[in-house]
Amino acid sequence: MAMYGTLEQVRSAVGQIYQAESRRVFATLVRLLGDFDLAEEALHDAFAAAMKQWPDQGVPANPRAWLVSAGRFKAIDAMRRRARFDASLGRLAERLNDGQRPTPDSDEDAVEDDRLRLIFTCCHPALSMEAQTALTLREVCGLTTEEIASAFLTSPATLAQRIVRAKAKIRDAGIPYQVPARDDLPDRLDAVLRVIYLVFNEGYAASSGATLTRADLSAEAIRLGRLLTVLLPEPEAWGLLALMLLHESRRPARSTPDGELILLDDQDRSLWDRSLIAEGQVLLQRALPAPTVGPYAIQAAIAAVHADSPSSDATDWNQIVALYGVLLRMAPSPVIELNRAVAVAMRDGPESGLELIDDVLARGDLADYHLAHSAKAEFCRRLGRIQAAREAYERALILARQGPERRFLKRRLAELAAK
Amino acid sequence: MKYMLLVYADENAWTETEREACYQESAALTRELHSRGQYIAANPLQSISTATSVRVRSGKPLVTDGPFAETREQLGGYFLVEAKDLNEAIAIAGRIPGARKGTVEVRPVLDIPGLPPQASQTLGVMVDVPCTMEEMVDQKL
Repeated sequence: MAMYGTLEQVRSAVGQIYQAESRRVFATLVRLLGDFDLAEEALHDAFAAAMKQWPDQGVPANPRAWLVSAGRFKAIDAMRRRARFDASLGRLAERLNDGQRPTPDSDEDAVEDDRLRLIFTCCHPALSMEAQTALTLREVCGLTTEEIASAFLTSPATLAQRIVRAKAKIRDAGIPYQVPARDDLPDRLDAVLRVIYLVFNEGYAASSGATLTRADLSAEAIRLGRLLTVLLPEPEAWGLLALMLLHESRRPARSTPDGELILLDDQDRSLWDRSLIAEGQVLLQRALPAPTVGPYAIQAAIAAVHADSPSSDATDWNQIVALYGVLLRMAPSPVIELNRAVAVAMRDGPESGLELIDDVLARGDLADYHLAHSAKAEFCRRLGRIQAAREAYERALILARQGPERRFLKRRLAELAAK
Repeated sequence: MKYMLLVYADENAWTETEREACYQESAALTRELHSRGQYIAANPLQSISTATSVRVRSGKPLVTDGPFAETREQLGGYFLVEAKDLNEAIAIAGRIPGARKGTVEVRPVLDIPGLPPQASQTLGVMVDVPCTMEEMVDQKL
C-alpha cells in the first residue's frame, strides 16, 4: 500500500496531508492526551517523524491514523523522559499507555466526533464569547494568531494572550472534552454557529494577504456547517449553511482570472454556481417557516434574493432593504446598518445611502472599517463629489490590508485623478 | 476534581419561611451528593451583620466590622463538592436553591501539598461518580 517517491514528492505529500488532516489529527490527540498543549506538541512531533520516516518507508496507506499513533507514542515517550523530574508525569504516561488506543484507521465517524468535541469544548459557555471564537479558529481551523487578530480587529499579542488564558481555563476548571447532552445542545449551538460564521467570513473576504478569498477557510466553515446540520436539525443551523452556500456560489464570478476584485453589479451571473444556489434555497425554505427563525436565515434570504436576480438593476432592492430592517431588529449592528444603507442607495439613489452611511460613521463605530469608507467613496463618486470620494478612498486604502482590495481602491483613485 | 460552589445573593431576598425551605432543600441536596460520594462540605453562613474582616498590615492585625466588600449580593454559603468536570459542577450549582435568587460562583479548588486529608476522604466515601450527566439532568427535572 505504501507510496514511495523522491524526497521532494514525500515533502509535498506531507505538506498536503498537513493542510488536510492536521486539525483532525489534533482533535483526536486532544482526546487521547487530555491536554491542548500536549496535543499540539505531539502533532508537531508526529509530522517531524513523518518527514524523517516516510522517505524511506513510503507514505502509509492511512496517513491520519499513522500520525495519531505516532503523536500519541511521542507524547507518552516525552512524558516518560520528563518523569525523572516530575513523578506525576510518569503516572500519566503509564495511564495513557494502558488507556484507549487510537481510533481504528477507517473510523471516519469517530474522527468527526473528535472534531465536534473540539468545537463544543472551544465554544463552552464558561469561556468568554471572544475566547470561544479565538480558540475555535486557532484550534479547530488552525488559523494563525495574526489571521484571527485581523478578523477581530485586534492585536496579535492580545489574541495570543486570550488563547493562552482560555486553554488554561479549560485545563484548570475541568471543562470536559465532549459533545453536550441533547438537552443542552440548542443553548450551546448559538456560540458554535457564530464561530462558524466568522470562519466563513474570513474565507469569503480574507482580511489580509494576497488573495481576495480563501477558499480553504470557506470550505472548512461549510464542512463544519454541514456536520452541525447532521448532528442537530435546528433552523438556524440550516439558515447558516444556506447563507454560506449562497455566498459561496458567487465565488467564481467575484474575481478576474488574475485575482482582481469584481463588484456584485459587474459580475457575470452565468458564472454563479447553480447547484450551490439550489442547495442553499432548499435549506432556506426549510429554515424560514420555523418559529425560531433567526439572523442567519434572514441573511440567507437576502443572499437568495441576489441569487434569483438576473442583474443588479432587476434586483428586488425593496425586499432586500426590508430584510435588512428585520435583521437590524433581531441583531442590531453597525455593519448591518452599513449594508442596509447600500441597499437603500441601490433602491433610492446614492444620496439617500450616503446620508445613512454618514450617520453610522459619525457614531465612530465603523471608523476603522475600510468597507464603510469605500462604500461612502463609491456613492460620492457616483454623485460627482470628486474630492470627498478621493478622501474616502484614501481612508479606505489606509485601512485595507488585502491585495486585490487595495489594488481596486488604487484603480478607483487613479480614475478620479484622471477626471 | 474538587469544586467550591460559592452562593452569592442579597440576604434580604428571603422571607423566614423561604429561608427555612432553602435550608431543607440544600440539606437534601447534600445528602444526595453524599450518597454519590460527591459531598465534601457545605454550610450556610450567618448574616453579614456578624462578619468581621481581618487584615495584617506591617505585621499588625487590623480588625474591622463588616464583610470584605459592601455589595448588593453577599457570600451566603458554600458547597465543596467532588465532580468529574466543570459540566457536572455546573449541574450541581444549578440545583442549589440560592442560584434561583442569586448567583453561584463555581471555582475549581487548587490542591497544594501539606494539607491534612479532608474529613470525607478519611471516611473513605470518595468513590467514582456512579451517575452520568444525563441522569443528573433527569433528576433535576
